[in-house]
Amino acid sequence: MKSRSRIAFAAIATTAAIGLLAGCSTGSDASSDGKTKIVVAVDAGLEKPAKVAFQNQVKAFEKANPKITVTSREYTWTGTTFAAELAGGTLPDVFTIPFTDGKSLIQQQQIADISDLVAKLPYADKFNPNVVKNGEDADGNIEAVPIAAYGQALHYNRDLFTQAGLDPDSPPTTWAEVRADAKQIADKTGKAGYATMTQGNTGGWILTSLAYAMGGRAETGTGAKTKATVDTPEYEKALELMQDMRWKDDSMGGNFLYDWNAINQAFASGQVGMYVSGGGNYGSLVSQNQIDPKSYGETVVPLTGDDAGALGGGTLAAVSAKSTAEQQAAAVKWIDFYYMQKLFTKADAQRDAKTLAASDQPVGAPQVPVFDKATYDKTLEWTKEWINVPLDQMKPYTEQQFDQTIVPEPAKNTQELYGMLDPVVQAVLTDEHADPAKLLADAQTKIQAKLDSSK
Amino acid sequence: MTTNATGLREPHRASSPKRSPATWLRRGGLSTLVFALPLILVFGMFSWWPIVRATVMSFQQTNLVTAPTFVGWDNFVNVLHDPLLPTAVGNTVWFAVLALVFGYPLPLVMAVLMSELRRAKGFFSALVYLPVVVPPVVAVLLWKFFYDGSATGVFNTILGFVGIPPQPWLQNAGTAMPSLVLEATWAAAGGTVIIYLAALLSVPPELYDAAEVDGARVWRKIWHVTLPQLRGVLFVTLILQVIGTAQVFLEPYLFTGGGPNNSTTTILLMIYDYAFANSTGGDYGSATALSIMLAIVLAALSILYFRLTKKWSV
Repeated sequence: MKSRSRIAFAAIATTAAIGLLAGCSTGSDASSDGKTKIVVAVDAGLEKPAKVAFQNQVKAFEKANPKITVTSREYTWTGTTFAAELAGGTLPDVFTIPFTDGKSLIQQQQIADISDLVAKLPYADKFNPNVVKNGEDADGNIEAVPIAAYGQALHYNRDLFTQAGLDPDSPPTTWAEVRADAKQIADKTGKAGYATMTQGNTGGWILTSLAYAMGGRAETGTGAKTKATVDTPEYEKALELMQDMRWKDDSMGGNFLYDWNAINQAFASGQVGMYVSGGGNYGSLVSQNQIDPKSYGETVVPLTGDDAGALGGGTLAAVSAKSTAEQQAAAVKWIDFYYMQKLFTKADAQRDAKTLAASDQPVGAPQVPVFDKATYDKTLEWTKEWINVPLDQMKPYTEQQFDQTIVPEPAKNTQELYGMLDPVVQAVLTDEHADPAKLLADAQTKIQAKLDSSK
Repeated sequence: MTTNATGLREPHRASSPKRSPATWLRRGGLSTLVFALPLILVFGMFSWWPIVRATVMSFQQTNLVTAPTFVGWDNFVNVLHDPLLPTAVGNTVWFAVLALVFGYPLPLVMAVLMSELRRAKGFFSALVYLPVVVPPVVAVLLWKFFYDGSATGVFNTILGFVGIPPQPWLQNAGTAMPSLVLEATWAAAGGTVIIYLAALLSVPPELYDAAEVDGARVWRKIWHVTLPQLRGVLFVTLILQVIGTAQVFLEPYLFTGGGPNNSTTTILLMIYDYAFANSTGGDYGSATALSIMLAIVLAALSILYFRLTKKWSV
């Protein structure tokens, strides 16, 4: 009896083990009904009306493409989770990435080469050249499709401007004015007059934005001949400006370890007078940080010097390298249907705006045109009924944004370059005796070594 | 038959009959194996296989999408030539030293004081243990709020009451690491205090009585009775703390991200950054190479620990 019960227990244990292993396996993607199945990204944390609207889009797409089945998966790009998903092969078939990652992912063949499929789209040759280059390979083929673009802007808190005795309708137009206004805000309100990001590669990103606005560039040359150019007067001037605001004026508050989320949070809660970030940042400030729209103001980044420009950025839609040829074709159809049509088709533009407005999401936040300004203006005209962002408060930006040159981000090892500049910015803001020239010289050596060791 | 150290005889191992597969089967070897199978599979899949994969990966260059290529010792060489490595090792050692100097004696002092309490011992035990119950991420976010570097920050406001000017806490390369240690000590002390309190119960009361008869006061009782009686536990907690601090990650990751100016970049944070800081595919080879090197150092420490405790525990 004893041995029988042992055998019975053993059988149960084996079944449990097999069951456990079976639970670990994933379902097959093979389609038995001859349909191509794709998984597409949908923004995480959408309100119910937005989710319903998205599902309606999926239904409309499936109706127009009866041989394709679409499943959605919540996805928001963040550096670390994206790296893990990319490594683990768990990305959806269609996902979005920032411009900074486009070139590297294409170069390392980590996303599918959909250039032949994209080339067949009727608007393939009508993209804004400065925008589309972020998704092109070395031969100029579009492997990732630009769906949104922006230039860096100066965001400011109108309430703090008023409290400090400044005119919120006349934001600063030079860096000297930025410094003076920051000091006045700090002196009068006790809040940080100006703040900057310093963590998770954002320190280098914003330093580079300032340096570009002063006529600098992070890299020259292309491919194997790329040279780092951060040890330059423009980068030094940008660092010295921050150093003066921090140590001479004491106008940068008490936190020097902001990342993108943290600075948005601090700004939305009225702790920060001014900061530099993407021109379309208002959307995040509303949907994630519940900013009081009345307090928001936006203007262009002051440009100084011959070659000055606003650092550009944006979003690309890409297709997973793990997708089959059929899935890639279906994915490009989805990109065209979901992301692109609303940029130049009246009905799609209006439907998108209506959906966003219904779920209290911002409509009409300023952008850099993905195609041309005329097309961009037309979509604004079509959707003006649903525009809910405080456009008047954004006038200092919208009235000047098209006069500024948008300069693409450094092409090679972008994120690494920014990451190596993070400690430089942190050192300047946390060490009174930091030497910007020496810090930049050291960073230059490290960045050049990185560029040289990359293919 | 052989004779062991105590003079007792024990059966000679060689004299036991050799077990054939049939004997093994008859004696229930199969059911033993079947019972162990789920455990072996789970451990194999989630612990041993990743270790094997990591070891292999440390000799490869891979982005985990395209086919990997073997690069020999290149990843190890790259890590050893990384100018950030000495900083990370130095920071980790600095964290360990600070945690040892401030974090190690504190729970002992608290346990000894609490053991002397006549009333409300349970209340104080609960109070001391409370931080251990707070989820680590919540604790760090809470302390981040306390460490606000402005004059209106919680700690700075308290310091202001006694006329001390605002401190930068996390916002300065010199004070960031001690700030991390302070929170880590607060978060971990409760668990160690409970261990010490339990160990103190095992100290025979007659030893204290004898010491009192000999005219010993509190300090001499602690020095000559309590500490020698706790030496086994003290050594275990010491070595566990050293190994734990060598793997510090949570505090620098959540508080400072390794800043300001890499002053809180630890070895584990460096491994994480190798793998995940670059969103376009990390340097998984270097990340695993550094992990393997750390594992080897910790294994050496563990061996040392076993050897020493063997001698000390007698």
